[in-house]
Amino acid sequence: MSVFNEKFIAVEKKIDSWEEAITFSGNLLLKEGKILPRYIDAMIENVNKLGPYILIAPNIALPHARPDSGVLEEGISVLVLKQPVYIGGAEDKPALLIICLAAKDAHSHIDLLKTISSWLSDESLVNQMLEVETKDELNEIVRKYYI
Amino acid sequence: MKILAVCGMGFGSSLMLKMTADRVLKKLGVKADVEACDIGTAGGMQADLILTNAEFAKQLAGGQAPVAAILNMASEDEVEKALKENLDL
Repeated sequence: MSVFNEKFIAVEKKIDSWEEAITFSGNLLLKEGKILPRYIDAMIENVNKLGPYILIAPNIALPHARPDSGVLEEGISVLVLKQPVYIGGAEDKPALLIICLAAKDAHSHIDLLKTISSWLSDESLVNQMLEVETKDELNEIVRKYYI
Repeated sequence: MKILAVCGMGFGSSLMLKMTADRVLKKLGVKADVEACDIGTAGGMQADLILTNAEFAKQLAGGQAPVAAILNMASEDEVEKALKENLDL
């Protein structure tokens, strides 16, 4: 099954909490059979327990949990928010791009991480992603990464 | 030389940070072992430098190894600066 395609992207204007943002991005994986519902709870629990460390770059969050927290198949989803949420309630940690990661084990998702890493290191690409208003616009930007 | 990349679970942002550090070290021609680990095990490990995010940097500060906070886990410039400031390269 495809790991990443247009089914796993979204642009949302009406999300106003970090929990809702993580749940929305997780639901993109859930409805395609990549994860069990408890994986979403585990991602939120991790932030509550460990803090807002899932912010991997300014404005970019990488919610994830352990493979044994309910991952069925590896996957990623990309959610662009049009108003920031504050991960773990930290006012200095706005997030506008939510990249939800589901890994099957500690190693097989290396290629996915490399892809995400290549986005993070390309400031103009990130800015383009943050500026989209519709899913079609987001699709135009990320479709070359579909795997 | 041993560098630790630390995150909450040891296979997300820390692995990404390890990839970035490996690229920078290769570019600089420096041989070092970079290991990704979680915050729970990081405290008990020996290292010449710990790379992590701002939250965990606060928690890990004050130990034997210097700790550098990285904002963008994929930024080679940021990691290179942290390596040069903290290690005798």
